[in-house]
Amino acid sequence: MEKFLEQYTTTKLEDAKVWFKAASIKDFPKDGGACVKYKDKQIAVFNFERINKWYACQNVCPHKMEMVLSRGMIGDDKGLPKVACPLHKKTFSLENGENLNGDLDAIATYPVRIEGENVYIGFLE
Amino acid sequence: MKTIIVVGNGMVGYKFCEKFTTQSKNKDFKIIVFGEEPRPAYDRVHLSEFFENQNAKALEMAPAEWYKENGIDLIVDERVSDIHRNTKTIITAKNRTFTYDYLVLATGSSAFVPPIKGVEKEGVFVYRTIEDLEGMLAYAAKIKAKNPAAKAAVLGGGLLGLEAGKAVMDMGLEPHIVEFAPKLMPRQLDSRSSQVLQLKLESIGLNIHLSKATNQILGNGAIVGMEFGEDDVLDVEMLVVSAGIRPRDELGKTCGLEMGVRGGIVVNNKMQTSDESIYAIGEVALYNQMIYGLVAPGYDMAGIAVEQILGKEDSVMVEDIDMSTKLKLIGVDVASFGEPFMPASKGHSIIFENKTQHLYKRINVSHDGKKLLGGILVGDASDYSMLHQIYLNGMKIPEDPSQLILPASDGQAAFGDVMDLPNEAQVCSCESVTKGQICGVIESGEAKDLGDVVSCTKAGTGCGGCKPMVADLTSATLKSLGIEVKDSVCEHFDYNRQDLYKIIEVKGYTAFNEVLDNHGNGGHGCELCKPLIASLMATIHADTANKEYAIQDSNDRFLANIQRNGTYSVVPRVPGGEITPDKLIALGQIAKKYDLYTKVTGGVRIDLFGATLNQLPLIWKELIAHGFESGHAYGKSLRTVKTCVGSTWCRYGMDESVSFGIELENRYRGIRAPHKIKGGVSGCIRECAEARGKDFGLIAVEGGWNLYLGGNGGANPRHAELFAEQIDNETVIKYLDRYLMFYMRTAKPLQRTAAWQERLEGGLDYLKEVIIDDKLGIAEDLETEMQTLVNKFECEWTQAVNDPEVMKRFNHFVNSEEEDDNIVFVPLREQKMPEPWV
Ligand code: SRM
Ligand SMILES: Cc1cc2nc3c(=O)[nH]c(=O)nc-3n(C[C@H](O)[C@H](O)[C@H](O)COP(=O)(O)OP(=O)(O)OC[C@H]3O[C@@H](n4cnc5c(N)ncnc54)[C@H](O)[C@@H]3O)c2cc1C
Ligand code: SF4
Ligand code: FES
Repeated sequence: MEKFLEQYTTTKLEDAKVWFKAASIKDFPKDGGACVKYKDKQIAVFNFERINKWYACQNVCPHKMEMVLSRGMIGDDKGLPKVACPLHKKTFSLENGENLNGDLDAIATYPVRIEGENVYIGFLE
Repeated sequence: MKTIIVVGNGMVGYKFCEKFTTQSKNKDFKIIVFGEEPRPAYDRVHLSEFFENQNAKALEMAPAEWYKENGIDLIVDERVSDIHRNTKTIITAKNRTFTYDYLVLATGSSAFVPPIKGVEKEGVFVYRTIEDLEGMLAYAAKIKAKNPAAKAAVLGGGLLGLEAGKAVMDMGLEPHIVEFAPKLMPRQLDSRSSQVLQLKLESIGLNIHLSKATNQILGNGAIVGMEFGEDDVLDVEMLVVSAGIRPRDELGKTCGLEMGVRGGIVVNNKMQTSDESIYAIGEVALYNQMIYGLVAPGYDMAGIAVEQILGKEDSVMVEDIDMSTKLKLIGVDVASFGEPFMPASKGHSIIFENKTQHLYKRINVSHDGKKLLGGILVGDASDYSMLHQIYLNGMKIPEDPSQLILPASDGQAAFGDVMDLPNEAQVCSCESVTKGQICGVIESGEAKDLGDVVSCTKAGTGCGGCKPMVADLTSATLKSLGIEVKDSVCEHFDYNRQDLYKIIEVKGYTAFNEVLDNHGNGGHGCELCKPLIASLMATIHADTANKEYAIQDSNDRFLANIQRNGTYSVVPRVPGGEITPDKLIALGQIAKKYDLYTKVTGGVRIDLFGATLNQLPLIWKELIAHGFESGHAYGKSLRTVKTCVGSTWCRYGMDESVSFGIELENRYRGIRAPHKIKGGVSGCIRECAEARGKDFGLIAVEGGWNLYLGGNGGANPRHAELFAEQIDNETVIKYLDRYLMFYMRTAKPLQRTAAWQERLEGGLDYLKEVIIDDKLGIAEDLETEMQTLVNKFECEWTQAVNDPEVMKRFNHFVNSEEEDDNIVFVPLREQKMPEPWV
């Protein structure tokens, strides 16, 4: 299980070496998310249209290790953008991955870049 | 540093520790607690709840860590076997020695087992500890496996015996209560109330045998029966002895403390035994020549012992101990308070009795008619808290005291308001919390709602009997302070559900962002307000969940219930539970094709589990081709209308319950509500459809349907209330349209009809005025709104599979056709299940 999570490490914008072209903007729901496959990874990508921002994080919820976060609902906690897991509504900051309503490990987050119609996600490798 | 050793970690021993730590902060004292049971103290009063969930943790008074955090050494599973008073030491069964400065005996009592021949046989139990209950459960399962109609008896028809009887019944055994006295609950009830109680208990299935002296327990090894006299035998395969309690006073006896003639360690009003450094509290202590088998006096004793040890010499136990009790057998109200039986020389009694309704109420009033001295309530104990308070506080009673128990003719309660209670009125006797304290924490701003009040004062955490009164006091105090009980939906809106309903209706909003931009607090929404507003827009505009799918709750978003491993379940509608063989075959074939786990649900339809996101639309396409539609098992909407077969086939049927059930299910399918809605239709009063456990229930009777409203299963089961009698189909629909719409307009988010109805000001009578008499003049609107919803119904799965845009939602990946490779199934019997969570 540990190993499984090891694949996901938070990647800062400045550290991203590979920019993976995931899909087109219109493949993502407004103010909602969808899941992107990159190598063996599953990445949840959210189009937070209300604040005109995109976010990406691991799809696996650290609570029960299920691949579900992309199906969660997004919103904000006192201004901080967050996603709520669809299984037990644990919430995570989309900015830094921190668990906002418990003491689960933080989830890994990734930078997102929009070029033209396309959505790119930044990875270390 | 002084050492206090507490022997016994039961409810009272625990309460001693709790009170000690809050009062002393443990600075100069070290506490060591010994418990003979294998776990920390638990709530024995609610022991019967263990049968429901077998969750011992939930009963804990405090977790083991609590003792640690408060510097208390808790040693469980170790009995104290001796006390040496001259050296102030104790010795344990593991032969360890400890020295004390103060010793507190809280060893409680054990169940008394009368010396009947054969009581040692297998299958004979007592009812005192979690281990006793575990033993009973295992044994009941064993005998039921051999004989599904197995019988079990309880020896003793007292407070506890009846509770045990209910437990035995809930275990699926045929319950028999055997009582030596000629009446039930001989210590609390007079003969007439006892008869009424007997009728009530018999009506729910308990068999009662009075005036029976058991001669011997029959059986070769295991019990097979009880013999009362020659030819008087009751065949039972299990027996629970509940014939009273005996103090666990053996330690006191061996170390030479003063003992009562019939047992118990004698204490004075400081809770000191004949040795002034040894205290005894709880059910082992003999105070005023009595053992008090209730938790509240035990808690008081614990408080006194704490204060005495801390040097508060003038804190002593009261003379008169209140022995009022309320039976907590679910479904049967029984209470007695003060002096239940009173000799005519002391006052007079007023009695109200209605045997057909199993009601009996008696109050005893002083000769001058000014004071309430005691009373008995059977069948309806809802006024117990208030009567008990009037008695305890010697409050003034109405000039015509019969008003206290007679059904009020004008809907006006005879005893005014909870706020009339004096400040010193003890509302929660388990935790000794007064009305003044409850109002105080609210007035000081420390508590803002009921939850705060409970955590600040601990009121209601004992037997729980005072909870309704604590809730009433809380809301009355909040109101008196002019505090609007704030129930805004989340941080993004200052409105409650009802406000938002009106806003959306009036402004005609159709998108979440419109509502948020115009009425929100400047934030961006969350998992609380988004699904709520989605549901409101669906109710108001008759939309399906396909409309704005990103704001739908997780299940609504994919029109299916998400399961443990991220796969989904599929539940097609089977109206009224009626299904053709062809449709059954189709379900089977589809389940087989997609390798889905199949089971019949508690809502009498068929659930197919383990579909991946990608498979959902494929499965639904096939189901729809076979004539199925969405069952809305995922939505806060109508689930099922459960029916019994009714007059179509059943020899007792009074009406066609299936036909009517199907009509109702088809009428209300798809509508979005504050919470899920379930219905039931039974063809006669045998009630095979469990209609009274549903939000709306119908039972066919001579001349029409009886309509019941506001029932619920779940964690707090509640029977629906009788709303109208002998009405025809058309009237049923009219009332239901109005009722459901009124509920949808006014309930809180995620509030079932039961909870809504219970909290409705004015109660059922008010509801009748609104729905039957149209007091608010809205009946026609309600009907029109409902009719619009009915007319606009569309199956959202049919919508989804016919729209390629919608179908895209069901891909696990946006950039690949692959499925989630993280899903692992393991075999289960002849099917499969998700790999268990670690
Ligand atoms: C599948 C089923 C169990 C089964 O295998 O039999 C079931 C499964 C779930 N029930 Fe249930 N309930 C099922 C019948 C019931 C019943 C029996 C009935 O309907 O007669 C009850 C008690 C009756 C009642 O509702 O009053 C019941 C009372 C609950 C409750 C408690 C509701 C309450 O008001 O207290 C919840 C929790 C909730 O809704 O908040 C719940 C919640 C759930 C959830 C949604 C829990 C969850 O969030 O995952 C389960 C969804 C499983 C799924 O994905 O399908 N389920 N649930 C039953 C589906 C019935 C159907 O055909 O639609
Ligand atoms: C099923 C049931 C329902 C009840 N319902 C109600 C109710 O509705 N209302 C009400 O007021 N009361 C009720 N009671 C009674 C209530 O539970 C008791 O009054 C209360 O538990 C007494 O607390 P206690 O600490 O004195 O004794 P106990 O809770 O019995 O605790 C004594 C503990 O001391 C341990 N012990 C004994 N000797 C030793 C030793 N030598 N060394 C170490 N440990 C020892 C025992 O194992 C036990 O754990 C009910 C009781 C039962 C069994
Ligand atoms: S199906 Fe219902 S009762 Fe069973 S585990 Fe799920 S929520 Fe609990
Ligand atoms: S699996 Fe995500 S909250 Fe439980």
